[in-house]
Amino acid sequence: MANTAAAEGAAQEAKRRSVWAQTLRMLVRRRIVAVGIGLVVGGFLVAVLAPLLASHNPNELTIADRLRPPSRANLFGTDGFGRDVYSRVVYGARLSILVGAMSVAVASIGGGIAGLIAGFYPRLDGVLMRIMDGIMAFPNIVLAIALMASLGPSVINVIFSLGFVYMPRVARVVRSGVLVIRESLYVEAARALGARDHRILRLDILPNCLSPIIVQATFVFAYAVLGEAALSFLGVGVPPYISSWGNILSEGRQFITQAPWITIFPGVAIMLTVLGLNVVGDGLRDACDPRMRYLYGRMSKSTKA
Amino acid sequence: MKEYLLRRILALAPVMFVVATLVFVLMHLTPGDPVSAMLGMDASAVDIARMRSRLDLDQPLFFQYALWLGKVVRGNLGESIFLQVPVLTAVLERLEPTLLLTLLAITFAVGVGIPAGVISATRFGSAADQGIMVVALLGVSMPDFWLGLNLIFLIAVKFGWLPVAGYVSLSADWLATLRYLIMPAFCLGFIQSALIARMTRAVMLDVLAQDYIRTGHAKGLSRECVVYKHALKNAMIPTLTVIGITFAIMMGGAIVIETVFNIPGVGRLLIQSVTRRDYPVIQGVVLLIAGAYVLINLLVDVAYAYLDPRIKYV
Repeated sequence: MANTAAAEGAAQEAKRRSVWAQTLRMLVRRRIVAVGIGLVVGGFLVAVLAPLLASHNPNELTIADRLRPPSRANLFGTDGFGRDVYSRVVYGARLSILVGAMSVAVASIGGGIAGLIAGFYPRLDGVLMRIMDGIMAFPNIVLAIALMASLGPSVINVIFSLGFVYMPRVARVVRSGVLVIRESLYVEAARALGARDHRILRLDILPNCLSPIIVQATFVFAYAVLGEAALSFLGVGVPPYISSWGNILSEGRQFITQAPWITIFPGVAIMLTVLGLNVVGDGLRDACDPRMRYLYGRMSKSTKA
Repeated sequence: MKEYLLRRILALAPVMFVVATLVFVLMHLTPGDPVSAMLGMDASAVDIARMRSRLDLDQPLFFQYALWLGKVVRGNLGESIFLQVPVLTAVLERLEPTLLLTLLAITFAVGVGIPAGVISATRFGSAADQGIMVVALLGVSMPDFWLGLNLIFLIAVKFGWLPVAGYVSLSADWLATLRYLIMPAFCLGFIQSALIARMTRAVMLDVLAQDYIRTGHAKGLSRECVVYKHALKNAMIPTLTVIGITFAIMMGGAIVIETVFNIPGVGRLLIQSVTRRDYPVIQGVVLLIAGAYVLINLLVDVAYAYLDPRIKYV
């Protein structure tokens, strides 16, 4: 019995490794997903290399040069305070990527723990899922605004608010996975051998829940980028002195008739980042779907034949 | 059906309890003294003490919660500190623009999203399919407020076809109301139409792959009969649930659009209250929006059970 369970565990491990390799192959084969990956990597590179890519100090005020149209000196023009819009957009990428990544971390950790506990312990399932349902009962932006109204404007509070709002999505997905995996033979064998709950959760259940978490994480990243921009645009997000795409759009709104370029470029930046994340998320979801993997496997074999 | 309805209503009770508790806790998360934050730095100690007593903030926390919950159940959402009117009155006065905006937006979203999804699915792999999906993908990636700002510049400022911003009451001039709401409704509806198009396409593709569709073709039924009489009917069931949820999501999206276009709706009231630190209004509006969201989801579930009887037995 123990040998059978160990063999099944080893087979599962080997299968998981080949599944990851197949998933990666499926991802990069699709041209649109490759473009999405390019956009996401590009966004990360802009965020990391912002000090090198920016042509000016994003907070440097030059009132004499206010509301200038795009030119060689100022690629995206200047805003109402004479600040270079291109440099502000580049530094805004830093904030968006930071907020997106940290919100994903908060949502994944919080939602992952809640989902694991809810799925593994039936007695706690009802309570935890009703709490998640309660959080999901709010439209996302409404709950985020209410949280920001209570906590006050800061980058940390935006990260916490967005992570909290998207936590139930991750919790539901993880819980669904745990409900299936906990009935597996190798989990039963681990229990019979005396393994403690935290060991089973950490070594047997959590690794098998990773792929749906990663798929959700890409979508949460996209929502968090849009959410931060919306909160900052409404004036309840990051403080106005921080270069954020939402802040640039909010400031550009009052100059929409004289200087439309202030609102065009940060909006394009948001759209390209979110587009890349959505495309990668779609690709990951299809790659992790067993039906798509079966079809891909058949296609690959027929190509080789 | 009655049993299913009763089960769903009973399942709402714990959810609404969590919603109410969360709303109450949110307002008490404010760092420092919320009354000082409301009244400002110049408020005297007497004013602060009077306000704390008025808002029952001098009572123990659990007692405050019980008092607040009791008032909410009786329809008393408190009074706006800034506007000096009951919160419910302030919301009802601003409900018309928000409802009209949401209804127009959902009409556009459904009117464009479903046909686009059907065309995309029935012409799978064609240029039309790829074109529609590219537009839909761009739509779901685009911030609706950015679309609104660009439309204001192009349509209102450059060409002068529509007013820049504002609102006219339906009773004053319904044509003017329509003119003021066309652009905002398009912004709100376009993003959701992209979501509906994607969903409709995915569901239609699943349905078109079913055996009974192949049987219909084999029997010699026309393509239109197979697609519109058989496939679309079954594809509409999950799509209708998405439409219902979209209606609820639009209530959140309306907050941003009302800010862009200066529409005096419930969403704008919420943002103004956040700026003014009018906590009773923030609490009341958030609770009402969450309650409406829960109710709409309940109606969607009931409609789904009515259209697909298998759901009742789950």
